[in-house]
Parts: sequence; structure tokens; C-alpha cells
Amino acid sequence: MKKLINDPNNAVLEALQGMEKAHGDILKVNYDPDFIARKTLKNKGKVAIISGGGSGHEPMHGGYVGLGMLDAACPGAVFTSPTPDQMEAATKAVNGGAGVIHLVKNYTGDIMNFQMAADICADEGIEVKPIVIDDDVSVKDSLYTAGRRGVGATVLTEKIIGAAAERGDKLDDVVKLAQYCKDNGRSMGMALTSCILPSVGKPIFEIGDDEIEMGVGIHGEPGRERMKIKPANELVEIMLEPVLSDISLENGDEIILMLNGMGGTPLLELYILFNHAVDTAKKLGIKTVRCLVGNYITSLEMQGFSITIMKANSEILKLWDAPVHTAGLRWGI
Amino acid sequence: MVTLENLFKFISSLQAVYSEKKLYLSELDSAIGDGDHGVNMARGFDAVVANWKANPPSNCEDAFKSISASLIKTVGGASGPLYGTMFRKMSLAVGKKTEFGLDEWIDGISKGIDGIMLIGKAQKGDKTMIDAWIPALEALKTAQNDRKTFAEALRECAVAAKNGAEATIPLIAKKGRASYLGERSIGHQDPGATSSAMMAAVAADTLI
Repeated sequence: MKKLINDPNNAVLEALQGMEKAHGDILKVNYDPDFIARKTLKNKGKVAIISGGGSGHEPMHGGYVGLGMLDAACPGAVFTSPTPDQMEAATKAVNGGAGVIHLVKNYTGDIMNFQMAADICADEGIEVKPIVIDDDVSVKDSLYTAGRRGVGATVLTEKIIGAAAERGDKLDDVVKLAQYCKDNGRSMGMALTSCILPSVGKPIFEIGDDEIEMGVGIHGEPGRERMKIKPANELVEIMLEPVLSDISLENGDEIILMLNGMGGTPLLELYILFNHAVDTAKKLGIKTVRCLVGNYITSLEMQGFSITIMKANSEILKLWDAPVHTAGLRWGI
Repeated sequence: MVTLENLFKFISSLQAVYSEKKLYLSELDSAIGDGDHGVNMARGFDAVVANWKANPPSNCEDAFKSISASLIKTVGGASGPLYGTMFRKMSLAVGKKTEFGLDEWIDGISKGIDGIMLIGKAQKGDKTMIDAWIPALEALKTAQNDRKTFAEALRECAVAAKNGAEATIPLIAKKGRASYLGERSIGHQDPGATSSAMMAAVAADTLI
């Protein structure tokens, strides 16, 4: 294994310290318990939004802390959910008295740890509303599994509800909007290569030189199928169909499309994929009206990509276009 | 009889067992999860013992609370909240006593299982730690009805938990990360049920 680290045990800590030095104008980092918060902690009367999850998916979530997006993010160890003391401390630090939303990706550990924190905060009189994002169509959503995984739609949801909270929407309205994002966002990913946990030092899964994992999760979880590599356009078609058909879209509907790199994919390739994704959607009568192309929710050094779509309307687009100033997204100011 | 003295033996012994079985538990977890269960449990009980030594509890409620808080803070993943909940519920069940016996132990385990099922939403047969805890509780209750001693009850509990963990091998996982594997989870013993069975075995050795 070759990695640009010093000590696997300090990887997350040193990255947090670097982030604080790089983006001190936007955020500050609290250590033990670890959380990243806006430089100006409390916004009185504003609904606060907190997310969190294992590290290794940067810029998510710490890179989305700032004006128009998150109030705080709780980073766990690499690919391991954060612990309740982190969310409890973050919730108390940013609570402006108008309620706090916990935006959680659907993984067993994340849900339990956020829930324990929410219970503790609720006991102390802070109103906490959890929203669980579960947009990955690779996993069958049934009573017999932990349900669909939360992936790329989390980024779009953070932007959209972050804008609503920033303009002063009340807790119930922000929750309703988050529910819209959850219901109308879908994703699917694929991998050319595995990724390597710093603490383990070997790939999470083995994969042949000419093979890909279709439907991979952001922690290297197995997908729908192991298949031979195909041209980029064919891969886009294989993935866009299940993503688009999982929500009700009609001819002329508009979408926000995120073409996301898994961490080790050249931007040149992401644009090749995006080019065909827009054309394929257009053939189906779906208009791509906003987009993100780049590394927004990654899986360490994994090569591969994911497609996330969210059905848009004028309200969603207004919130999407609203000013945002974070390490990972910045426009409108 | 559970006393503060033998509760400390219980956690010290668990620290040693999880440290020794770290790789074994992580290998079980690699097959159907993310391969860190052994490492997480060992780290968790290192913290449990360190915190107990730093702040020795003066009654059993505080003892179980201290164990719970250390596990929740250091284990992470799903195991931290699950084991943390088990010990938190036990703390509520036993109260400020400095020693207690089989009746309170059964009450504590029973409330702990309810707590685990509430946050984990798992049922018996879902290939989780519940598959070790439920037969363990049943064995304790049977021993109570048969008026067996605490030591005998704990031994029977340990056997039932071990059998319960082994009985997870042919099951399809329905909760947690292993559930994504569907039928591919068949043939592997659940790591959470296994670490739970180890706990029952340590209880039988130390809480007598």
C-alpha cells in the first residue's frame, strides 16, 4: 500500500487540522469530541442542520459546513459512524433555538448513534428532527435488509435544505423539504477499483483488471453485479435507467444531475460520462437544468463514479441557486 | 452474587478476552461486515477498564453506567450503541445496590434486550446478537424456575448463548451491513452474536 499518510491512527485528526488551516475563514474544528462547525456558531432563530458519518468521503460532510448549507458535521473514523457524544456536542453548540435537523445516511451504525444523541438532546429540551437519506437504487429496499444506502442525494439535500434554513424557514417546513429531497433523489454507483482503509492496508475487495463492480456502495460494499468493463456511454445507460425509473418522471420534467467521482477518477472521464448522461436523459424527455460534475462524495482512492438525480421544480431550483459558501461548494456570493 | 469487586473482574476479563480474540472476531466480521468488530470491542473494553480505574463507581448503577458510557463513546458503528444500551438498561434495572443476585440480573438482561431490539429493530432469527441474548435469557429464567444457584444459572446461560451464536451460521442476515449480502451471508457465524456469547462465558467465570 502507498498512501500519503503519517500514522493511520492520526489520519482523521491531521486531516481535520489541515482543513481548519485551509478554511479558517468558514469553519472551525472542535476536538474531542470532534465536530466541524461554522465559524459563527449560533444563528439565533435559524433552524440548525447537522450531518455526519464516517471519514473518507471528503468533501462530504465537513466540506459542506458554511453559509447556506450545514451548521456542523461530525466525522467518524474512516468508514465508521461517529459516536453520540460528537452529535450531542455539535447539536448543543449550534442550536439556535429554532430546532435542529439531523441529516443521516441510512446505515445501521449511523442511525443508532444519531438516535442516541437525539434522545439525549431531546431530554434536555432541544427539538431534534432526524431525516434519513436512502437513495441508492443498487440495494433492494425490502423488509429483509437494512434498506437502501444513503449516498449522493445527501449532498443535494444538504444544499437545498441548507438554503431553506438560511432564509429563515421554520423547522417543520425544512423537514417537509428534506422529505421531498429524500423522496425525489436517487443514485447509483460503480467501481473500477477497490479502496484501501488506512488502518487495514489492503483493498476492501479484489477485482480483476477487466472487471467492474456495478452498484458499489461508498464503503466498497458489493453491488448488483460483477461485470466486464464496457465503454463509458454504455455504463451511463446501465446506471441511468434504474435511477430515473425509480421515481415518477414525466416527459418534460427537470432534474438536477450530479456526476460524481469516487475519489480516483480523472475529471476528463467524469465529463465524458456527464456528456452522455445529459444526452441519455434528454432522449427520455428529461431536462438536466442544474448539475455538479466532480468529486463530491468519495470513497477514498476508489476509481469509479456515481450518478445522482433529483427531480426539480421552481422552488427547488430557487434554493439550489441561493448563495452557498463552504469548502466544497461556493456560488452566489 | 454480583458485587462491585467481581464486576471489575468481569470487565477486566472481557478486556483480555476481546484483546485475545480480536482477530478472530474481525475475521468473522470481514466475511459478512466491514471487518472491524474485534478491533472495536477490544478498544471499547480497554476504555471501560481505564475509565473504571480513573473513576471507581460506588454502586452497581454507576458501574453499569460507566461501562455503557465508555462503550458508546469508543466502540462506534452499531456495536457501541447496542452494547451501550444493554449496560445502560441494566444500570436502571439494578439501581444503587452494591450487590445483587439472579432476579436483578434477569431483570437487567431482559430490559437490556428490549432496549437493543428497540434501537436495532432486530428480531430473533435475523442473524444478530439477539440470537445469542434471547436463548441466554431463557436459560436464566429456566434456572430461576428450577431454583438453581446463581453460578449454575450463569453457566447454563453461557452454554445457551454459545449455542445461539453457533445457530446463526445457517441464517440469512436481515439487519446491519451483512443484510446487503442476502443469501451470501449464509454459512458465516454472526460476529455480534459471537462477542455476546463471549460475554456470557466471562460472566459465568467472574460473577460468582
